[in-house]
Amino acid sequence: MFHYQFDWGIVTSGKYFEWLLSGLYTTVQLSAVSIVLAFLLGLIIAMMRMSRVLPVRWFAYGYLEFFRNTPLLVQMFFWYFGSYKLLPEAVNDVLAQTNFEFTAAVIALTIYTSAFIAEDIRSGVRSIPKEQMEAARSSGFSYIRAMQYVVLPQAIRITIPPLINQFLNLTKNSSLAMTIGVAELTYQARQVESYTFRGYEAFTAATLVYLALSLFITGLVNLYNKMVLMRMRGE
Amino acid sequence: MIRFEGVHKWFGNLHVLNTINLHVRQGEVVVICGPSGSGKSTLIRTINRLEPIDKGKLIVDGMHVSDQKTDINRLRTEIGFVFQQFNLYPHLTVLRNITLAPIKVRKVGKKEAQEQAMALLERVGLSEKRDAYPSQLSGGEQQRVAIARSLAMKPRIMLFDEPTSALDPEMIGEVLAVMKDLAESGMTMCVVTHEMGFAREVADRIVFMDHGVILEEREPAAFFTSPQHARAQQFLKQILSPMH
Repeated sequence: MFHYQFDWGIVTSGKYFEWLLSGLYTTVQLSAVSIVLAFLLGLIIAMMRMSRVLPVRWFAYGYLEFFRNTPLLVQMFFWYFGSYKLLPEAVNDVLAQTNFEFTAAVIALTIYTSAFIAEDIRSGVRSIPKEQMEAARSSGFSYIRAMQYVVLPQAIRITIPPLINQFLNLTKNSSLAMTIGVAELTYQARQVESYTFRGYEAFTAATLVYLALSLFITGLVNLYNKMVLMRMRGE
Repeated sequence: MIRFEGVHKWFGNLHVLNTINLHVRQGEVVVICGPSGSGKSTLIRTINRLEPIDKGKLIVDGMHVSDQKTDINRLRTEIGFVFQQFNLYPHLTVLRNITLAPIKVRKVGKKEAQEQAMALLERVGLSEKRDAYPSQLSGGEQQRVAIARSLAMKPRIMLFDEPTSALDPEMIGEVLAVMKDLAESGMTMCVVTHEMGFAREVADRIVFMDHGVILEEREPAAFFTSPQHARAQQFLKQILSPMH
């Protein structure tokens, strides 16, 4: 039935294994940096979205709708192929010295994911009873400090499950960075396939690595969740 | 200490506070009572501007509460507020609930804040609960922690908004005991409550409200034996013998 001779050796050792490994390394780097930045940016956008200053709220609203409702791939192309035309020559010269593919991918993944994270955090904040804010304000906390010490720590704990989702999406979406030439895992798997015509093995390996990565992130956040959230509920 | 002069407040068309004139002197304990919807909770919530007033003058500790130039956060550090639903911070231990504001707002050193918190927990009889989370405490214990949390800011005034209404009957006594102790220490207090036993024993004055208006303002003995206003008579009759 099958005439295909599997050769798993090419993806478990040797040159191609090293290619995949370096791809994994880049994927992890790209995802980790973008997750941290997307979370921070998402937090800021969520706060702006709830601001009492109308223009600030409108800006955040526009940001959210814009970046959630356009394809990530288009955004990535925009940052990579489009944005440098807006920048001064001198800046471009500096960027050319750096790994601009990587930077553009980080920008695209960060901004795109931050829009989703902001909405998750906002619904988390809204689920905290307003009496928590009142209690903190009554003790003399300013609005911002009450958010920082009382409301947000609770809201973010509630937001953990949807946040895991966004982190996983970001990690998987990072594979799109291959289209602008970032040598991440999918890019390297593709390379292996091109050199060896062993697409089955190369992409099976990439699939398993992504799966392991996702499960690892889930486990990590769940562990944190157990340690902190359970205690809060008194379990 | 607290002076209302012709204060009004509306919720939409509802006139929740109507021409309120009230003066609470330093060290006084004033109990505010009345049927639900009478505006009594709104009244004490205006004192630290949890509810802004629409008209009139409200002066607390020498500061105009509704004046935009008043540093409301500073004023609030002088006013402790105890809620019906306790509103402890569920993500923090008892000790950190109490030390959070002193450390972050008053800028007290961590060690000093903790020592002070332990002294307060001792005072409300809960020193063994320092490391518990609010969800692990009974309602009465939570309210006593909430009182300790307010006291940690060393306020000059304490406000209580139906502090025992959410409690099981057997836990009401422990909270009232803490409040009585506080009153005896000379704290200026405004208490919205239906606990008439507490009012009779501890209050210097009773304020009776209905439909946003202060109908009576008298010493407890006089209020309980010969209420002047028909609504007050009816209210007392209902609350003192709820079966009839």
